[in-house]
Amino acid sequence: MDDASTLERPVLIDVKDVSYAYPPESSDPRPVLSHVNMTVREGEYVAILGHNGSGKSTLAKLINLVIDDYTYAEGQILVNGRDVMSDDITEEEILDLRRSVGMVFQNPDNQLVATIVEEDVAFGPENLGIPQKELRQRVDDALETVGMTEYAQHEPHRLSGGQKQRVAIAGIIAMKPRCMIFDESTAMLDPMGRKEVVATMEKLNREEGITVLSITHYMDEAARADRVVVLSDGKIILDGTPDYVFDHAETMRAAGLDLPQCTAAAKYLKTRGVKLEGSLTSVESCAEAILKAWRERQRKEGACD
Amino acid sequence: MKSISLGQYYPADSVIHRMDPRVKVICAVAYIVASFLCKNFFSFMLLLVSAIILVLISRIPLRIVLGSMKALIFIMAFTAVINIFWITDPGAEPLFSWWIIKVYTKGLYHALFILVRIVAMIIGTSIFLTYTTSPIALTDAIERLLYPLSLLHVPVHTFAMMMTIALRFIPTIVDETDKIMSAQKARGADFTTGSLSDRVKALIPVIVPLFASAFRRADELATAMECRCYHGGEGRTRLRVLKLHARDFVVLAVMAAFIAGVVLINICGARNGWLYTMTIA
Ligand SMILES: Nc1ncnc2c1ncn2[C@@H]1O[C@H](COP(=O)(O)OP(=O)(O)OP(=O)(O)O)[C@@H](O)[C@H]1O
Ligand SMILES: [Mg+2]
Repeated sequence: MDDASTLERPVLIDVKDVSYAYPPESSDPRPVLSHVNMTVREGEYVAILGHNGSGKSTLAKLINLVIDDYTYAEGQILVNGRDVMSDDITEEEILDLRRSVGMVFQNPDNQLVATIVEEDVAFGPENLGIPQKELRQRVDDALETVGMTEYAQHEPHRLSGGQKQRVAIAGIIAMKPRCMIFDESTAMLDPMGRKEVVATMEKLNREEGITVLSITHYMDEAARADRVVVLSDGKIILDGTPDYVFDHAETMRAAGLDLPQCTAAAKYLKTRGVKLEGSLTSVESCAEAILKAWRERQRKEGACD
Repeated sequence: MKSISLGQYYPADSVIHRMDPRVKVICAVAYIVASFLCKNFFSFMLLLVSAIILVLISRIPLRIVLGSMKALIFIMAFTAVINIFWITDPGAEPLFSWWIIKVYTKGLYHALFILVRIVAMIIGTSIFLTYTTSPIALTDAIERLLYPLSLLHVPVHTFAMMMTIALRFIPTIVDETDKIMSAQKARGADFTTGSLSDRVKALIPVIVPLFASAFRRADELATAMECRCYHGGEGRTRLRVLKLHARDFVVLAVMAAFIAGVVLINICGARNGWLYTMTIA
């Protein structure tokens, strides 16, 4: 998705000058988020990076209003134009918010509620009071989307991590959300499971038009996003395309983050005088750039002979 | 510990398996009531025959049904023996007497009746409920049957939800226990030898992390449920609708006929003075 088209899209989530601290056991509250500003537009795929404890999960939970204590919360979070942090928000509005902004967590075991896959997928829409006939349709569609139709009658605890996580995703899709937040949803999975889940996330974004906010520690995952936001100690220090963000290697390193391995390798080649052009964030684009540079050199050598 | 199965659900294809779980709960209760209604030899025989028929149509192997009785064999033997020696029949000659011990025919019958009653109760509940109904269907059925109570503010839905979550997490936590025990064994913990207090002490490093993780799970699950718009049972619809089929009505009718039969035999027995009518339960 190119920048021009995303900029025209309506803003879905607008985080305005948000600060937050958990209620302290003693002494002063330590800020977990300070003056965070961020917008997410409809249909975007945004990755959020940050070291452990930088406040990523806190931000995600604030957007979904699932934090227990708002004593030290400041600023506004507009979802669909409605400030979810205001005091006069009603029970209905909260339900509507959670319906339209779904959240998938890290541990697949701790978010499945029912003992049968399809009943777990139905859990969200059941809570919304969707009539049985439509419910059936939604569950079937959601399982189809994540490719778990044949496991509809299985018990969740017998599935692999990646499969469980896809069931959890189906449980959110069945609520027909406009945006999905993934809080390190691939962190506990093996490479196979990770691949399945990342593919599902991208499919949801590309094919279903669902806005995706993906919190991750995997740089290669972040590199595939439309936009990358980097949090460090509760502040946003970088916000832009993967190319832009990974260009700021020093800032990233200061925030305790590495570049994607291919980008780091390409950068090293650059310092050694290899001319690499174009995007250097994905393995494919790096390989292309290196190939191009190599061909260039061969052509030159051929010309010299 | 790998493949634990919850409850004792035995998958098979029988009429009883296919019955509506609500009807099964009602039948189980009705059957227990019927076993208490029996008062004379003939009604107890009817009860025994019905129990055998139940086992046959449920297609549960006899060895499994008998297995479930093994745990209760001591209680059964004990009550039988007590009845044989305790019951006196002043008008009759004892069958056998030695010192202060006198055994009457009536006592033997009573022992037999009690045995039939216990066996029928076990078979009734296990055939209608544990063997043929998955725990989740059972929870579902109980929630729906007790729904009227929620109008009196009894938190029926909450209890059903707790049951569901427990059923969902028991395998997960069993797996985890396994892992923690292996981890502690790898560090030299010994769970199988030593005195009782040694073994209990060895379990502490298993129980503490288990609880810590269970609390963390509970916390995360609560957040995830909130995110999925859970707000209690109010306004909730269900994916699984329970529908009564013709066979359910047939079963209910048969059950009613069975109870009527038992009552009828009791009345006849009382009129005609059939032998060995039980006056005390
Ligand atoms: N429920 C809580 N009560 C008090 N402090 C908390 C709570 N949850 C998180 N914190 C603190 O807030 C800070 C930010 O936590 P948060 O979970 O948002 O970080 P994160 O960026 O998601 O980290 P990670 O990558 O480890 O998931 C941490 O210092 C953490 O200790
Ligand atoms: Mg986190």
